[in-house]
Amino acid sequence: MTDALAGKVVDPKAVLTGSAPLADETEGMSYLQSLPHRLVTLYLPLSVILFVLLFPFYWMALTSIKPDEQLLDLDTYSPFWTWNPTLKHIYKLLFETDYPIWLWNTMLVAVCATALSILASVLAAYAIVRLRYKGAQWVGGAIFLAYLVPPSILFIPLSTVVFQYGLFDTPFALILTYPTILIPFSTWLLMGYFKTIPFELEECALIDGASRWQILTRIVLPLAVPGLISAFIFCFTLCWNEFIYALTFISSVKYKTVPVAIVTALVDGDIYRWGSLMAGAMIGSLPLVILYAFFVEHYVSAMTGAVKE
Amino acid sequence: MADIALKSSAKIPPRDVTAWDQLKTNHNWLGLWFMLPTAAFLILFLAYPLGLGIWLSFTDARLGRAGEFIGIENYEFLKEDSTFWLSVFNTLLYTSVASTIKFAVGLYLALLLNERLPFKAIIRAVVLIPFIVPTVLSAIAFWWLFDPQFSIISWSLKKMHLITTNIDFLGDVWNARWSVIFANVWRGVPFVAITLLAGLQTVSPSLYEAATIDGATNWQRFRYITYPLLTPIIAVVMTFSVLFTFTDFQLIWVMTRGGPVNATHLMATFSYQRAIMSGYLGEGAAISTAMIPFLLGAILVSWFGLQRRKWQQGESND
Repeated sequence: MTDALAGKVVDPKAVLTGSAPLADETEGMSYLQSLPHRLVTLYLPLSVILFVLLFPFYWMALTSIKPDEQLLDLDTYSPFWTWNPTLKHIYKLLFETDYPIWLWNTMLVAVCATALSILASVLAAYAIVRLRYKGAQWVGGAIFLAYLVPPSILFIPLSTVVFQYGLFDTPFALILTYPTILIPFSTWLLMGYFKTIPFELEECALIDGASRWQILTRIVLPLAVPGLISAFIFCFTLCWNEFIYALTFISSVKYKTVPVAIVTALVDGDIYRWGSLMAGAMIGSLPLVILYAFFVEHYVSAMTGAVKE
Repeated sequence: MADIALKSSAKIPPRDVTAWDQLKTNHNWLGLWFMLPTAAFLILFLAYPLGLGIWLSFTDARLGRAGEFIGIENYEFLKEDSTFWLSVFNTLLYTSVASTIKFAVGLYLALLLNERLPFKAIIRAVVLIPFIVPTVLSAIAFWWLFDPQFSIISWSLKKMHLITTNIDFLGDVWNARWSVIFANVWRGVPFVAITLLAGLQTVSPSLYEAATIDGATNWQRFRYITYPLLTPIIAVVMTFSVLFTFTDFQLIWVMTRGGPVNATHLMATFSYQRAIMSGYLGEGAAISTAMIPFLLGAILVSWFGLQRRKWQQGESND
């Protein structure tokens, strides 16, 4: 399995730009297809799929700027567009609810948990790949198994554990439990990156009298920066996305994260405040989408990297 | 110069190897230090709770009260509980249908994206967005899209004169099941598509050219070139997909909370309801523990089911 793709290194940039590493600049076999043929077999299905994938976001954005009366009256106004957008929902969300606090909580938890996990997994991945202590392979396997343990079978016992440790209903409950989801993933990812760094560099450093710690911080880490970025943004996304732990371990409104708060605190009774709900969903996803826009290749390499190992 | 250097170094008597040096340089000790943070996290917050969960399932623990050992009473109770079996049925249906569709659509999308396209980079980047946006937030968008009164889907279908009354997406038993499956597929397809695309790009175009010269049809090229070369990555992607679908919680919780009449309760949401909302920790833990064999089974089926072809071909790179 491991060497199925490892032999042919997948360049994440190539996945995105589509210049397959093996393809040359010529048009290949595509001249065999006529334009009408391509229209039916390629452009049409592709646009249908893209439409389905993107419509919910369009609808989310549109709902969050529509005035209330247009939201529920689909017949007098065209539902697919609005000529008088309003920032009322967003204003209400930001200034009349605790939304900024929830955003801050999510950010804090995500950054702390990610930093902790990256720190732990850099050390672990380096030790497994390069120190090769006794049983390193078994530990690597065990960490992969840990990746397969889903949060939804852990949250019940974890809630009692969190209670025992006195962390219940504090941000630390999340900061300390999220790494269990993140560490296995990022360790696995970083192991892949560390393996690509030539051994000789480390041997030279050892001869020059560098300690293992110096080798790690001065040689290996600077070379593994792309891997670190991948691991960082992927962990950050996972944290932002996490729901079940935050739902179970946090009960007071002031510590909730955005996903939980939107579902529990913003949905009040029977009157669905669709405008603010959608605004909340949109603003809650914006940080990730912006991050994604800047680091597309890293996301792809994190995803494919995690799969190929 | 050289003499001086030699002399000065010769004057320092060679030190004995102290225990401290051992700790600093011995591979096994160093390995231990480096593994310490990870081990601490994974033991305290993963391995210990995993064991504790299995123990809890044999007790009558309640929320805020430690339980006593009661043997397999929880499991016996669950055996008689029709809601539990309904949740098992739902989970199996949800996992099998959603994973199959995700695989089919994801592979199709990957093949489409592998063609020559204008604005390729942008299209590919855009495809991944549903995977990036937090599940809960897109689930809320789906909740609104599936609103019984103001659903834009019902409205459009009515305008097209395909239906006469609004569809009750989340209020009807089977409608609700298909709706949550649709939302899950929507979220899962980009992951499957982009990872398979990465696999597709390692397939050499000359193989297709050779096959075309030999007169292979589109289907034959897919069946005898693309599919065999893609099998290893398909196996991994689908294993992950099955795993995450089987243990899904967020989508269901946001869209239906297991309703209507428990028709969309998955084992994960059902255990949350029993353990946290009703406070029967022991019972909830028993439901979670009951997921483990199913989970192992699902992993084994998707793993070995897809790997078998590879063994038959005599490849031994596993």
